[in-house]
Amino acid sequence: MTESVTSAPPADTRAGKPFLEVKDLQVHFPTDDGLVKAVNGLNFTLERGKTLGIVGESGSGKSVSSLAIMGLHKGSKARVSGEIWLDGAELVGMSVPEMRALRGQQVAMIFQDPLSAMHPFFRVGDQLTEAFLVHNDTPKAVAKKRAIDLLDRVGIPSPDKRFYDYPHQFSGGMRQRAMIAMALMCDPALLIADEPTTALDVTVQAQILDLMKDLQKEFNSAIILITHDLGVVAKMTENVVVMYGGRVVESGSVRDIFYRPEMPYTWGLLGSIPRVNRSGDGRLKSIRGTPPSLINLPKGCPFQPRCDYQDHVEGASCSTELPELLQIGQEQHRVRCHIRSEQRKQLFIEQIKPSL
Amino acid sequence: MGRYLVRRLIQAVFVLIVISAITFFLFWATPANPALLICGRNCNAETVAQVNATYGFDQPLVVQYGHYMQGLVSPGGRTIGSEGNERNCPWPCFGESYQNGIPVWNSIKDAFPSTLWLALGAAVLWLLAGVLLGLIAALRKGRFIDKLSVGLALFGVSFPTIVFGYLLLFLFIVKLKWIPFPDTANAALFTVGPVKWLQFYILPWITLALVFAALYTRITRANMIDTMNEDYIRTARAKGLNERTVVFKHGLRSALTPIVTIFGLDVGGLLGGAVITEQIFSITGLGKFSIDSVLSNDLPAIMGVVLFAAIFVVLANIVVDVLYAVIDPRVRLS
Repeated sequence: MTESVTSAPPADTRAGKPFLEVKDLQVHFPTDDGLVKAVNGLNFTLERGKTLGIVGESGSGKSVSSLAIMGLHKGSKARVSGEIWLDGAELVGMSVPEMRALRGQQVAMIFQDPLSAMHPFFRVGDQLTEAFLVHNDTPKAVAKKRAIDLLDRVGIPSPDKRFYDYPHQFSGGMRQRAMIAMALMCDPALLIADEPTTALDVTVQAQILDLMKDLQKEFNSAIILITHDLGVVAKMTENVVVMYGGRVVESGSVRDIFYRPEMPYTWGLLGSIPRVNRSGDGRLKSIRGTPPSLINLPKGCPFQPRCDYQDHVEGASCSTELPELLQIGQEQHRVRCHIRSEQRKQLFIEQIKPSL
Repeated sequence: MGRYLVRRLIQAVFVLIVISAITFFLFWATPANPALLICGRNCNAETVAQVNATYGFDQPLVVQYGHYMQGLVSPGGRTIGSEGNERNCPWPCFGESYQNGIPVWNSIKDAFPSTLWLALGAAVLWLLAGVLLGLIAALRKGRFIDKLSVGLALFGVSFPTIVFGYLLLFLFIVKLKWIPFPDTANAALFTVGPVKWLQFYILPWITLALVFAALYTRITRANMIDTMNEDYIRTARAKGLNERTVVFKHGLRSALTPIVTIFGLDVGGLLGGAVITEQIFSITGLGKFSIDSVLSNDLPAIMGVVLFAAIFVVLANIVVDVLYAVIDPRVRLS
């Protein structure tokens, strides 16, 4: 199970190895109710300067996987297995102090809710410089200059004054900008953005996304963008991983996912995007049912209980056998589904596409 | 800030006036008859009338209350005693005890140091023990040390102070004789020296601190567990901070904020006297003084000790509110 969803490998990788490679990542949490299998065999690769989108419902394992890359499960009860290779270093087996040295420095994270993700008692500026001073043995003045530069760079007006403000004195959009500035303090090579715009209104959302794109060009960082908003994915990413029940159910380039999706779950996600020019009766579709319990995952395809297309498969393999994530054609497009590929293409063109 | 403080202090004065009125009129609503108490055994109608005239009990209650308050409000104090035997009671005049004629303010001044040392020593003890145990319990949640602290805390809150105090006294003073029997009723640090002083106060401190330490353990543990699950703690870890900085700088700071509030109010309340502990160890502090006053229907003493204790409670409230605004930048004083 070593599939990759990247386009041609760029020149700056060592010995052809991708910058970030996640291999068969599993994250399980033992709880009183049983073992919560949050992530079950996640695989992807990512190069510097590129953006990977991870989409899926709440509880599909998106955030848990990103926290695993940050090593934030270390020391907790979570059981993490598999391999995460970042720039030649393996993160899953890495010791806590080594991982700590990487955090914030090589890998930084932008969190979802910038109000609760910043400490209410410390000045914004101090929280920024703290991120810099952990990894750099420099005078405070250097850190302060860098913080003010970055606050300016992310579009905070009069940053030298705002440096002394507390988080509650910032608006929601400004707080998210400050969060981004905090993540960028040490020029991280990999930036994980966990639903960075979910808490923001649409205009601010667009500004923040543009800002992230600009900064990515400037710093040549790799970005993992975790979201359930397919609009954000379309705007920001080159490659997409669709997760469901802790597994990848479809992955490929952003064009594969939006124009040639083959997995019924992806169809459902696409059908639930509101569009101004929607044809037909104009109603938004939702995926019936609820996400599966991560303690008691379905035996076969995780999506089977909610799938409207399982009668296109002969026999009962949908409910008994986990379909493999198989490559389609020559490209990086991979799908986990028992329905035959030709039939899926036909179903998409005949039934799904007209209603999108 | 300045205007806020002035406003709060004016409010505090009003609160104290209301408390004084309630105490005064409540006393007279009880069947207590101070005149009988004062004139003693050989009482007849004539002597009672004489006492009533001397103490002003024959005047309307409102006039008596006004006269009493004059001693607290006017800078010159007030005059007390009957005609021909008038004397000045200087500010702050809480009157003279019906029992022994000693000015109440003098008794309070004598009793206060013992109460102060008792409260402060116990406060240091319970704050250290409570926060430390609570912190360790929270960081080792679910492990043995956590269960031990939670168990100890449950024991501490449910063990009656009066039993615990007498047990300590019996065990360490009577049985084991580790500590000599306190021979000074009111050990002052500068007259008896630090060793005797510590010997005198150590058991009262432990007695008084037990319940509070147990409560603070539980509060610290709960707050710390909540705080360590906050998003900003995850952010702090994601920055690459080491666990010590995460716990002590980012975690403890938030977790202890509610403790500051409770601590201020608890200490403020105890400065009015710790009745049970003082009683057990025969400390002649405000707690013992208030018990004695109430049991002997001594109105000036009751008024004095109630108002004096109320001042600390009211001040502690103001101090806590100001401190809260200093600690949490989101709180604005207005």
